[in-house]
Amino acid sequence: MKIKLITVALLTALGTTVTVAADNDIAALVEQYIASGFKQGEKQHTERIVQDETQKQCTTYRNKIPSEMQKAFMERERATIKYPESGKLSGNWEQGQKTFTDGFAWRVGTIMPDKPDAVRGGNCYACHAADPKEVAAGNIGSTLTGYGKLRGNTPETIKYTYEKIYNSNTYMPCSSMPRLGHNGVLTPEQIADIVAFLVDPESPVNK
Amino acid sequence: MSRLTIAGLVTSALLAGVAFAAEEPNADAYREMTYGDRDANPALLVIDRGEELFKEKRGPKNVSLEQCDFGLGAGVLKGAYAQLPRYFKDTDRVQDAESRLLTCMTELQGFTVEELTKQTFANDKRNEDNTDLEALTVYIAAQSDGMKINAPAEHPKEQEAIKVGEGIFWRRQGPLDFACATCHADDKKRIRLQNLGNFSKAGVDVQKTMSAWPTYRVSHAAVRTMQHRMWDCMWQMRLPDAQYGSPMTVALIAYLNAQGKDGTYALPGMSR
Ligand code: HEC
Ligand code: HEC
Repeated sequence: MKIKLITVALLTALGTTVTVAADNDIAALVEQYIASGFKQGEKQHTERIVQDETQKQCTTYRNKIPSEMQKAFMERERATIKYPESGKLSGNWEQGQKTFTDGFAWRVGTIMPDKPDAVRGGNCYACHAADPKEVAAGNIGSTLTGYGKLRGNTPETIKYTYEKIYNSNTYMPCSSMPRLGHNGVLTPEQIADIVAFLVDPESPVNK
Repeated sequence: MSRLTIAGLVTSALLAGVAFAAEEPNADAYREMTYGDRDANPALLVIDRGEELFKEKRGPKNVSLEQCDFGLGAGVLKGAYAQLPRYFKDTDRVQDAESRLLTCMTELQGFTVEELTKQTFANDKRNEDNTDLEALTVYIAAQSDGMKINAPAEHPKEQEAIKVGEGIFWRRQGPLDFACATCHADDKKRIRLQNLGNFSKAGVDVQKTMSAWPTYRVSHAAVRTMQHRMWDCMWQMRLPDAQYGSPMTVALIAYLNAQGKDGTYALPGMSR
């Protein structure tokens, strides 16, 4: 908002208010194009193209949330976090290894949908290195190799790691990492298993 | 030569490339290696079929597509693809090659959009041959081989499409919170071992990409067009099926081609 006001002031001073109007129009047109851009029908799950407040803000600011808005943003994200009923934030690392590796599944549409009941994983290797034996690791996220060795298997590390995976935006507004727990990709129990895979001294991540 | 024989030849040629990619991911080296022998590109057969389809009298009106106007005048194909998407007066909208093809197949030949878009892409899981739309598109595109990406940006609607396309590129949505920009707005990023171009800045990445499509995708054993790529990335983002030739997909392509301006088409492409 502030950015926009400044822009308006600057451009008005230069006598080019027209451009500003055009910018607002573009955002509205984006929504129109999106609304007509996908096939309709039950199997299409068009509710997925509707943005929540977080996605809207990250779009408006192209992932650079103004500093004065960041606190409220992160508090909102933190309020979404749910914990496992058992209260255990670190589970079984061997199960966690599998969930860490499995793809997200959950594709929709009529052309090539995934089975609705397909197991959903975290697909973490898409973006992160972890077990050094897995060479096919992406680099959008930082390397998690040696994660537990570096940070220890402490309650603080475990809590941070759980929350980071449940809702990455709690610690970094508009992170590229999906809010995997909040968005329903992974259950709290699955996330706790992944935490164990990252922090447990027996896990290949820390060998 | 049969499609399978050629695919076999190409696959063996590519194996070296795959092994290389596993050691040190490098899209450019991979491309150059695989693109080396243009005569072995199985897309050439699909182009031949596209040409036949283009010149054949078809549809309820029993006419060919030879009078179709892709922006440089009725019947002019040479260089037309290189100047798309562009604004068309008759439809009063910006169109890419594929949405324009739909216009000609309905207006000139009398097909309906419903029947044409019932199945737009060959299903690679079922090892299908390319659809007519894919074959026609790669034929049309190949007539711009060696030319520069030069889509016009003069008409207000062309400017609008480019700007809206950029807006769509940055829009975050869906169960993975992804925008196109999540994967395509930084240098030297990878999803697993697949290199991701940085399309948020004009320059080499986006030029190399946009000048190499349509491409023969070895992993699909089929030619793929830009409309397919837009559908594919949307599908990977866990979004609904993108509508073929929609203003949304055309705007994205208009944005990408504006970013990739002056790249030199090397068509048909060949990729993973
Ligand atoms: C689309 C890419 C992507 C995916 C998929 C992804 N991440 Fe991330 N992750 C990132 C990025 C980018 C960062 C750095 C920015 C940030 O802190 O949010 C990150 C940060 C993290 C951090 C914080 C690292 C630190 O140094 O504090 C952890 C832990 C993490 N990811 C774990 C995971 C796990 C576990 C999964 C799978 C369940 C996963 N990520 C899936 C992109 C991704
Ligand atoms: C989760 C990451 C991700 C997102 C989000 C994403 N893509 Fe992609 N994109 C990929 C991958 C992976 C490839 C394949 C690269 C390869 O074949 O090596 C790709 C390939 C492409 C290509 C072809 C690149 C080439 O050189 O052949 C284009 C164009 C493209 N994407 C555009 C888009 C657009 C437009 C969007 C938004 C609608 C988008 N992508 C969203 C991961 C993504």
